[in-house]
This record gives sequence, structure tokens and C-alpha cells, in this order.
Amino acid sequence: MAVLVYTESENGKFKKNAFEVASYASEVAKQLSTTVTAVAVNAGDNESLGTYGISKVLNVSDDKLKPFNAKAFANLIAEAAQKEEAQVIIVSSSADTKFLAPILAAKLSAGYVPNVVAAPESTDPFTVKRTAFSNKGFAHTQITTENKVIGVSNNAFGVVENPTSAAVESFAPSLEDADFTVKSVEVDKVVGKATIADADIVVSAGRGLKGPENWTMIEELADVLGAATACSKPVSDLGWRPHGEHVGQTGKPVASNLYIAIGISGAIQHLAGVSSSKTKVVINTDPEAPFFKAADYGIVGDAFEVVPQLIEKLKEIKAQNA
Amino acid sequence: MKILVCISNVPDTTSKINFTDGDTKFDTNGVQFVINPNDEFGLTRAMWFKEKQGATVHIATVGEATVEPTMRKALAIGADEGIRINAVPTDGFFVAQQLAEVVKNGGYDLVIAGRESIDYNGGMVPGIMATLLDMNFVNTCISLEVDGDTATAMREIDGGKEKISTSLPLVIGGQKGLVEETDLRIPNMRGIMMARQKKLNVVEPIDATKATTDLKFDKPAPKGTVKLASSVDELVTMLKDEAKVI
Ligand SMILES: Cc1cc2nc3c(=O)[nH]c(=O)nc-3n(C[C@H](O)[C@H](O)[C@H](O)COP(=O)(O)OP(=O)(O)OC[C@H]3O[C@@H](n4cnc5c(N)ncnc54)[C@H](O)[C@@H]3O)c2cc1C
Repeated sequence: MAVLVYTESENGKFKKNAFEVASYASEVAKQLSTTVTAVAVNAGDNESLGTYGISKVLNVSDDKLKPFNAKAFANLIAEAAQKEEAQVIIVSSSADTKFLAPILAAKLSAGYVPNVVAAPESTDPFTVKRTAFSNKGFAHTQITTENKVIGVSNNAFGVVENPTSAAVESFAPSLEDADFTVKSVEVDKVVGKATIADADIVVSAGRGLKGPENWTMIEELADVLGAATACSKPVSDLGWRPHGEHVGQTGKPVASNLYIAIGISGAIQHLAGVSSSKTKVVINTDPEAPFFKAADYGIVGDAFEVVPQLIEKLKEIKAQNA
Repeated sequence: MKILVCISNVPDTTSKINFTDGDTKFDTNGVQFVINPNDEFGLTRAMWFKEKQGATVHIATVGEATVEPTMRKALAIGADEGIRINAVPTDGFFVAQQLAEVVKNGGYDLVIAGRESIDYNGGMVPGIMATLLDMNFVNTCISLEVDGDTATAMREIDGGKEKISTSLPLVIGGQKGLVEETDLRIPNMRGIMMARQKKLNVVEPIDATKATTDLKFDKPAPKGTVKLASSVDELVTMLKDEAKVI
């Protein structure tokens, strides 16, 4: 009756969210007085999961599972759940995981609750707190099925060390050709750059930047901070930036520790998607811009003056700390 | 090709969110309801298929009679027929089962749903539906081409995109990118007139289980006031020493 957690990896290395969901799973296991088993696919260094309270790792090593395939991954996690007699399965909220989680839920006739922001309020009945209405509210949701899939929001629970020793067991799920009828042909991904989903810091700019040519300074700022870049919706609609950078209610959600909004007015649809970020900083020429009401820190000023100064200042700090 | 577009009826994106009945229900007072934005991109893509490649486009919504104005809008945009499953959409699992039944009975080749609805943000209806129906499924779909039985899709992934090849019958969870924002259609007078004549079938729900119950809602704690810096130096000090985020 262990709690099962799917720990996501990329190029053989666990993603940051793997440690966060492992931490969350440990908390759930504590509440249920049981242990946590992790499922890891083509990940190296499985023992490192022990740091976050995992006592057993089912290690799947299979070239067919490179690249990611939602149905195959959902099926193998379902098989692992059955093997471990796990009724609670913890997953992250990455794009891949949000792809596989509903398939997994359907397979196990499990209630699935995504966007969960805190440890369960109760495990009997099982009740969790999640965001709803595009971050404009929270719902306290009870799962009424025997099996349960919980999707943990990025950066909501955090990484909590809880050292145990993880026994690694190899696991060969029974995959069939029918699991692979949706095929990956090509992945086009920026490597070595923080993504909006994983980044601790997101630097975002809006129509106030006036044109795509002015994004050099945004990228430079992001670079100094090790941040991901994002933008408001009109910016991606205008083709100044790729669609994948559009954040907000109809774009990507941002749950970073620091969100810097430059030349973004702070329309309700934009704020909805970024309100889970912990600290919000606004740079805007207009002191009446609605974003100032939603921000923690701000500076009323012209981005074309403020951003270059900010870059210089941060470089100085970086040099001092080097 | 026979296409079903699943339309969710959601509060307009500018809606203020409030709760009633001891914070157990969403307060619809003064709220304008619209086609879920992610579904609107899908509907427009379906219209493209209809016009360029020939397709029949139906829409389906799980909801009581109050969702019909939103469905009429989708019909005015150009869908041929509507199916309303007469039930309160209690949770994603329930909705997926109802829609799966419609798909099974209607023999659709392509089912386009939104990646998530912007009210309850469950993001599970298309995936659960596809799995119940044993149909292929692509989530966060940002482009879709169909050639015979072969489908080529692009999906958004963290930090990029992935090209996918699969076959019909197919369910997608779609979003912006399926068509450009500027291609979204506003119903014109002729469309609105024609929509009045279109069939809006009402079917009763099947026996289905729901998996979750929202017991209570609340809103984020109100924000404190913003701290304004008068210089970049001051801003950096605040972020470094006070907020400790850099
Ligand atoms: C259905 C729907 C869904 C939507 N979903 C989203 C969404 O998901 N995400 C989203 O972002 N938007 C969304 N929007 C759009 C949203 O309503 C706003 O139009 C949008 O967020 C505005 O973007 P912006 O702030 O970049 O541009 P603007 O509103 O044009 O604001 C630009 C800001 O830049 C400031 N500025 C100008 N020059 C400078 C300068 N030199 N230095 C500093 N500041 C400067 C201005 O004072 C202004 O505040 C949606 C709209 C609808 C109708």
C-alpha cells in the first residue's frame, strides 16, 4: 500500500520537479503511515531519490521510452501502481506529465486533481487544495475514488530533505505496440536555457518594449539571472516572440519564485496566469498600470533606462560573488 | 471527416470570481459566459477543415439549458449541429464519460477539445475521453494537419515543441496556435440567423461516476501594497536583502 510517485527525468537526470514531487509523496506517505515507491524511466543516479524520503525505486530502462510517450508512460505507471498496490499516485505538473496524467487516471478509474498547492488537508476522506479559476481562487477538493492521482503545482510544496536509503529495483513493464501509435517525430527545444515551467526566475516583457528588436536586453537580463524569458499575449500574437513564451490565463502558468514584468500593463488575464509566482516585480512607465496593484516591488520608469542599469548592477553583484 | 468539437461554457476572462452558499458554489451573478478560449481555437481549426478539406462539424457541451447561448454562438461561427448533454458538469471524469458516449454514438474521426477550461482548469477531459474510447490522443496541440487517416500535430512541451505523427480516430487537447488569434471568428449576422435554424439536440446523460467533489472555495489572501523603489540600486537592494530572491 505504498504511495507511488512518478519522478521525471531528462537526458538521464532527474528534473527539479522530481525532487519536489518526491518530497510531496513523502509527506503523503507520512500521513498514511506508509512508504514511497518511485517510478523512474531512463534516469541515472536513482539513489539520489533517497534524500527525499523514497525507500524504493522502480527503475525502467528502455530505449523505446526515449523519447517521451504519454500512453506508454501512463501504462507503465499504472502497472507499477498495481504491482505496489498503490492507491495514491503523485505526479508533477510539467507538460509531459499533464499529458500522461489523465490517461493514467482513466486507466485506474482514479480521480485526478491537478494544480495541487499544499499537502493533503485530510487523507480520510482524501482532500487537497488546488488552484481554480486560473489562479483567481482555490478549491478544496475531495477525491471519492479508491485510486487517486495528485498533480502537484510547480514550486508550491518545495523540496524537503528526508534522508532514507532507496533500494533500486529494475522494472520491465509490459508494453505493447498499441502503446506507441502516437509517435514523436522531432523535438525542437532550446537546450541549456531555463524553461518557464522549471525556472526559479522568469523575466517577462510586454508591448511596452515596442518591438522584437528590443528583446536583446530582456535576454541579457534573463541570462544574468539564470532566468527563463516570457511575454504577454499581444507580444506573441504580434510575432515578436514565440507562442511558447506567452504567459497568462490563455498561455502558460508561471509559478516561479521571482517574476519580473517589464512593460506589461497587468491585465486581469495576464495576472491570472502569473499570480502563483512568489515575488513579483514590475517595471513600468505608468504609475497607474494595474500591475503595480498585484506586485510586491516596483519601479516607475522607462524600461530602456531601467533594464540596462539593472543588468549592470546584477553583473557587478555576480562578479563580487564569483 | 466527421469532427466533434467539445465546447465548455466558461466565465468571460475578465470575470471577477466570487463564491456563494458558504463558499461552496461559484457565484454566477453578473458573469458573462463565453466559449472556453482553448475550445475557440479548436472550433476555428475545425471550420478550416470543413472549408478546405470538407468535414462535418458538430459541437457538444455537457450542461443545463443555460449553456445554450454559448452553443448558439459556436453554431453561428459555423458548426453544423449541436449536442447538449443535459447534466450539470460535476467534474472532469463525469464530463469525459458523457462526451465519450457522444463520440461513440456519433462515429467521429476527430475530436477537438481544449487543453483545459479556464474555470476549473482540470485539463483532463480530452485525455480521459481518449483513453475511454481507446483513441489516439495529443495534448497541448498547437497545430494539426490531417491527410487521409494520417494526422501530423505539433504539441507544446516545456521549453519548445514536438512534432507528432499519429492516425485517426484522434482526440486532441488544443490551444492557441491551432489557429492564429487573428483568425478567430466573430459570428456575423448571417451566421447568427442561420444558427437559429440549426439542430441543437438534447440528450440525457448516461449513468456515470464522478471522482471528485469541490467541497469549498476560497480566494487568495489580499495583497499588501507594492514597495516602490526610487532607483535601480534601491530595487536591487530590496530584492537581494529583503525579498532574498536574487
Ligand atoms: C480572451 C482573452 C484572453 C487573454 N489572455 C491573456 C493571457 O493569457 N496573457 C496575457 O498577457 N494577456 C492576455 N490577454 C490580453 C490582455 O487583456 C492584455 O491585452 C495584455 O495582457 C496586454 O499586454 P501588455 O501589457 O504587454 O500590453 P499593453 O496593454 O499595451 O501594455 C503595455 C505596458 O507597457 C508600459 N510601457 C510602455 N512603454 C514602456 C517603457 N518604455 N518602459 C516601461 N513600460 C512601458 C505601458 O505603460 C503599459 O502598461 C487576453 C485577452 C483576452 C480577451
